[in-house]
Amino acid sequence: MQGLTKRYGRREVVRNLDLVVQAGTVFALLGPNGAGKTSTIEILEGYRERTSGEVEVLGEDPARGHRAWRERVGIMLQEGGVEPYLTVGEVLAATRSYYRRPRSQDGLLQAVALTGEDDTPVRRLSAGQRRRLELALAVCGSPEMLFLDEPTLGFDPAARRAAWRWIRELAAEGTTVLLTTNVMEEAGALADRLAILVDGVVVAEGTPAEVVGGGVSKTVIRFRLGDPAFRLPHDLLDARVMVGSDGLVELHTEEPVRSLHQLTEWALEQDIGLRGLSVTSRSLEEAYLELVDTARQ
Amino acid sequence: MSGLRLAAGRARLENRVFWRNPTAAFFTIVFPLVFLLVADVALAGPLGGRGQAARFYTPSIMAFGLITACYTSLAMGVVLAREAGTLKRLRGTPLPTWAYVAGRIGQPLFVAALLATLIGLYGALVHGLTVPLERLPLLLVALTAGALSFSALGLAITAAVPNAGAAPAFINATILPLLLISDVLVPLDQGVLATIAGLFPVRHLTDALRAAYDPTAALAAGEGTSSILVVGAWGLAGLFVALRSFSWSPRG
Repeated sequence: MQGLTKRYGRREVVRNLDLVVQAGTVFALLGPNGAGKTSTIEILEGYRERTSGEVEVLGEDPARGHRAWRERVGIMLQEGGVEPYLTVGEVLAATRSYYRRPRSQDGLLQAVALTGEDDTPVRRLSAGQRRRLELALAVCGSPEMLFLDEPTLGFDPAARRAAWRWIRELAAEGTTVLLTTNVMEEAGALADRLAILVDGVVVAEGTPAEVVGGGVSKTVIRFRLGDPAFRLPHDLLDARVMVGSDGLVELHTEEPVRSLHQLTEWALEQDIGLRGLSVTSRSLEEAYLELVDTARQ
Repeated sequence: MSGLRLAAGRARLENRVFWRNPTAAFFTIVFPLVFLLVADVALAGPLGGRGQAARFYTPSIMAFGLITACYTSLAMGVVLAREAGTLKRLRGTPLPTWAYVAGRIGQPLFVAALLATLIGLYGALVHGLTVPLERLPLLLVALTAGALSFSALGLAITAAVPNAGAAPAFINATILPLLLISDVLVPLDQGVLATIAGLFPVRHLTDALRAAYDPTAALAAGEGTSSILVVGAWGLAGLFVALRSFSWSPRG
């Protein structure tokens, strides 16, 4: 995908985007709501036409997506589209019949923990179960390329982990996966590479580790001050200090050993307890929030 | 799997969806039958006797049932499926477009056939109303052409409907006035309104069915045939619009 641009009227939702997803890898497209994730993935799926740029999926232009190409592509949309009055078994059997080499019905049901729900009408499923059925429908043709638009929205934590395991298995079998998400943990758990999209522009791209390490400050020290009136020592102000109105203090530092030493020395001298003291390396979520913040300024 | 089998499979699925949705099934099936019974009671006086009245409204209600199933119910179903993202999801599978459309049209054909049979049987058993054997082909061709044409028009109107909330307004606004002026439920054979109705397919479908039922009346079989041609022309126009501007994704 090269120089992809999508304009609605005068608004550019995707600007000059370049992305390459290697076959057999999982690529996550991250970004806040309205960043252009769904526009991008729907252009790749062949639903929307691009304004300009070159796009190739499995060697073909998705805008011309004919039947043989659709046979090799699996799509999970953001909003379901499963007939509410049909049963789980009927929908799955019907969708399988559209593909030449469908996966087995039982295997699919098992993979999304819907075994025994064959006769349940889709409208009686919980939101999470319905979403799992949609995942099974996207995978049922054994696609080479799998598109997942916010796949685990509405899943409970156990179901989410099970879905992640399955997606990783599919990737291990050679399926290429492109997913969008705004759950950072999901991108970290699944993606070989990821790109963060803000206002239609990629602000960071790489492996999850690269993206986390790419920011400025890498370690976060958190604690609460009993009395917000305490003044922190001046040396500490090298670190980025944020004090919440509830007394929660966050230090973002590139030199955690030095900052921590200064902090605890000061606290001992002043005889101040640092309640709830924690030291964490910056998570993907924090890196993401920082990147989005910086990009928006 | 071959396209034909996929289309047949789609028609079966659409049929299940239809019967499992109690409101849709109720209005499409029960409405025309209730009209039939009401007409039976209400029109006997004004039209000069029950036999004469039955000769008027049996083909009328047949046309009405066909239009409800093929136009109203089909268009509603398609708009709902579009809004729910079902069309979009199917579009992303290798299911051929024509197989989807064929299945979609196949379902109301079945309902229309069922209604025509029930209404025809009612006329025959209760009023001894039969179609002369030589007019039977006219009846069958008129029903088939009518069902296909109104299905195509039902698909075409969905292009104009912005969302499911607006669907009943759009669909009823296009069909109810025509049903009123087309000599279907209200006898109306002359005047400006009848002339206007003559431009549209509802009147022509009713005329063709009536010609099949009423060999003694002024309508000749030839007129029935020309009416079928008008209905077919509308159907082709509907198909053209449907193919050009059919929308698979929900509208914003």
